[in-house]
Amino acid sequence: MAYSNKIRETYLEQLKGIQDAGIFKQERFIHSSQAADIEVEFPTGSSLKKVINMCANNYLGLSSHPDVVKAAHEGLDSRGYGMSSVRFICGTQDIHRELENKVTEFLGTEDTILFPSCMDANAGVFEAILTDEDVMISDRLVHASIIDGMRLCGALHDTFKHSNMDHLEKKLQLHADKRLKVVITDGVFSMDGDTAKLDEMVDLCEKYDAMLFVDDSHSSGFIGTTGRGTHEKCGVMGKIDIITTTFGKALGGASGGCVSGRKEIVEMCRQKARPYLFSNTIAPVVVSGVLKVLDILLANTERRDKLEKLTEYWRKGLTEAGFVLKDGDTPIVPVMLFNAKLAQDFSKDLYDEGIYAIGFFFPVVPNGAARIRTQISAGHEIHHLDKALAAFIKVGKKYDILGKSKQEIIAAYGL
Amino acid sequence: MEEMKDIILEYVIEEYLEDEDEVLTYDTPLISGGIVDSFSMVSLKRFLELKYAISIPDDKASPEAFDTVNSIVDLVNEFVGKK
Repeated sequence: MAYSNKIRETYLEQLKGIQDAGIFKQERFIHSSQAADIEVEFPTGSSLKKVINMCANNYLGLSSHPDVVKAAHEGLDSRGYGMSSVRFICGTQDIHRELENKVTEFLGTEDTILFPSCMDANAGVFEAILTDEDVMISDRLVHASIIDGMRLCGALHDTFKHSNMDHLEKKLQLHADKRLKVVITDGVFSMDGDTAKLDEMVDLCEKYDAMLFVDDSHSSGFIGTTGRGTHEKCGVMGKIDIITTTFGKALGGASGGCVSGRKEIVEMCRQKARPYLFSNTIAPVVVSGVLKVLDILLANTERRDKLEKLTEYWRKGLTEAGFVLKDGDTPIVPVMLFNAKLAQDFSKDLYDEGIYAIGFFFPVVPNGAARIRTQISAGHEIHHLDKALAAFIKVGKKYDILGKSKQEIIAAYGL
Repeated sequence: MEEMKDIILEYVIEEYLEDEDEVLTYDTPLISGGIVDSFSMVSLKRFLELKYAISIPDDKASPEAFDTVNSIVDLVNEFVGKK
């Protein structure tokens, strides 16, 4: 037997280490569609509990929208279930190109290429367009998938302090001799909910002849007055050279991602990006759903407008209740608790009150920056937020943190 | 060589410390102390190469050699004037 006891023990020991460190992840089974109201089995084997979901990336409430579901059914009927091929052999349907064109129109770019996920887009793009003569300069808080993509690329990698434009400029000067330079950032940072300073970054990139890469996964569909993303919010549409984004969050929430941007860069990905070349693309049923999502968003801004109002309401409620929040205006609203155990206990108590919101702590966020990350959805109604706020206040009182500053909470619970 | 020590210390402080109150000395462990990760070490190597017009081979740019400002100074001195 190749899988000996010694091998088994090796893994059991590692898993125990993860458990002992308090970072063992356990899935919670949802027995309903993704929505504001869900039915959850947790712990495994327990009876179902109806809770309000405050932690989905379902920003526009489109994950289970009847028009999207109907379009997906129609796509399934007309184009079948699977492609059984990668894109360039016999895995490309007309609707794949139609979606690429529609995303290009939506984001205001030159061209788009689909990937099985945004993780794959980020994993493939750098290696496809850069060599060891080039440099990638990334914000220190970019998403893990970008870090993995940079690791797969032979170009030099450097970082700048989070959103620190002076530091970025120094790095652009330091690497002035490189053939190609790419500045890399998230549009909205997923843990803190803050927005990149894309207007300033565009200026710096123009000054130092660098390309600008933005992962807009937590923005596409709702940030900016017509929901096109952070480039719209910052007034730099048409000036971002590479945008990656996902269809697995606001844009229907199923799966899939893309690289959208300069024509030549997209073509380089089509020729060289390994996750595109060696994996099936998005299933026809999902493509059909995303096409409908974009139709809905191109028709009007109702859903992102509602999301904006609900976000303001939620932030105001939490602030008035005396919670410490991360500054920002996106639907990612982190309630800061600083201590990891407090974040876990708080999350558990919220769940008992019928509110599903997860605690995040090291290593997902820096040590001493534990939090409950709440995420607002256009699928929420005011009554959902009122109930969630009442639960937050009740649990906040239990732990005596309302009206307390960061220093006071840390003094009471430690880091 | 005091000047080189100070230049490197200043660079490391400016480059890697987020908290202005943090204190860094010539002997503070940078990599084993978690201040500089192996990924970020690349930029430090590049800074040294450009600043002192040297080329540090990858096999010499070990985490141990980059672990303190003092050890970095020793490493740089190995290559200065050897061009």
